[in-house]
Amino acid sequence: MTKIINFQKTEFHLCEVCAKSAGSELGFIFEPTFTFQNLIAGLLEGDTGIYQQPATVKELYCPNCGLTFTDFRNNGLLGCADCYNNFQSGLEPLLKRVQGNTRHIGKVPKRSGGKVRIKKEIADLRQELQQSIGREDYERAAELRDEIRRREQDL
Amino acid sequence: MINQKHNKDFLPKWIIDEGEMGDVVLSSRIRLARNLKGIPFPGCANEQQLAEVNTLVHQAIKSDSPLGPYAVINLEELPPNDRVVLVEKHLCSPQFIETPHLHSLIVNQPQTVSVMINEEDHLRIQAIVAGFAVGQALELANQVDDFLEESLEYSFDETYGYLTTCPTNVGTGIRASVMMHLPGLTMVDQVKRVLSALTHIGINIRGIYGEGTESFGDLYQVSNQVTLGFTEQDLANNLTSVCKQVIEQERAVREALLKDSKMQLEDRLYRSYGILTQARVINTQEALKLLSDVKLGVDIGMIRGIDRSVIRELILSIRASILQKVIGKELAPADRDYYRAELIRERLKGGLKVPEK
Repeated sequence: MTKIINFQKTEFHLCEVCAKSAGSELGFIFEPTFTFQNLIAGLLEGDTGIYQQPATVKELYCPNCGLTFTDFRNNGLLGCADCYNNFQSGLEPLLKRVQGNTRHIGKVPKRSGGKVRIKKEIADLRQELQQSIGREDYERAAELRDEIRRREQDL
Repeated sequence: MINQKHNKDFLPKWIIDEGEMGDVVLSSRIRLARNLKGIPFPGCANEQQLAEVNTLVHQAIKSDSPLGPYAVINLEELPPNDRVVLVEKHLCSPQFIETPHLHSLIVNQPQTVSVMINEEDHLRIQAIVAGFAVGQALELANQVDDFLEESLEYSFDETYGYLTTCPTNVGTGIRASVMMHLPGLTMVDQVKRVLSALTHIGINIRGIYGEGTESFGDLYQVSNQVTLGFTEQDLANNLTSVCKQVIEQERAVREALLKDSKMQLEDRLYRSYGILTQARVINTQEALKLLSDVKLGVDIGMIRGIDRSVIRELILSIRASILQKVIGKELAPADRDYYRAELIRERLKGGLKVPEK
């Protein structure tokens, strides 16, 4: 197995098992050190990190899965859905930094989407209503108005 | 000596088919991360809970799913070499096979849709299509997602959207990516510049097997970085327009090379072609590097008489584990290099044409 580091070609003679763990089995060198998880840990710590002050307030803890916020800071992975609520104060600034946003506006599942889905459908219908008024299709606009009223009752 | 019996069905449809902008783009992929309501994420779940996730998803996929005929693979029951084959075919991540216990994979027959169960999230739904067609991949992934959601309750929050183990996936849970072949930009040393420009606009570039992997054979995976605060369609559209520009740049470089340094380019591509058609022993990395040159030669019309699908097929079938499937037996590492060379010579046979004056 050959590895090139800083233009220095180094040949390693490894047994099959070692070569496998070194990743040559897959035809590439697997370097798992530079991943999002590790980047998150970096974002949270250090001079420019989000949490420059050591946690003086009491440790955030998720009673549902037992994860502490320190655990999350160490590996960048959350334990369960409840972590999002229980770590909210810690997560919001992180989401702002890595995602640039803190609110979902995409797809909403039918089943667990609940009211969000209805609200989104109403917003879409309103947009269509504006368009139909714009092209003076008042018949369609009236239909859409009734539909919107019906949906609003579901809320 | 090559086992000719291996049928075309063995390789995924997206590598066999020629897609849109096939000279630069190999495939387009969508991955959706989903978790089931009320069960801790895989990293925090116990054995019983992980087994429950498997059962629930296996039951959900039954009957008339948009997948058509499919297979359920319990990773632990699979021989180690076959697990690596799944990674090499991009049906699952390298991380997924590292710990096979209670990991399972659902794959449809053309190998365009796969669902990883109990990877970092309970479900990772993936759709891959040939060529430059992010929208088409999104539609396919959405169909499977909608179907699964009819019988599974996802973990969803009004504010944060689909909840995922890693906050870098939260919201849409989507990763859209395009696998690009950029030999021109690599040759003129412009890839790094283009790529660093992309990261400023929320686009990420990685090696061919995803996070933390290196690039080989001038193949790059370009994908969206952000998952929250945009719709799936917006993210797919954004990636599409960025990739369009990269495609244009790559084509422009190829044209310029053809115009300004035709002789040097011709020399390099034919040397690579020469080695591939004559070598008796070759490793994966060298083969991918040389295949990249030959693909470029075919794409710009310099090397004639080779079908592009043959090169695409070779890009996958020379990988260590797929190769052993193609040859039809287990091979010691040294023997692989020998069989790999033979497979390549066999497939490229008859491609050499005298270049036009």
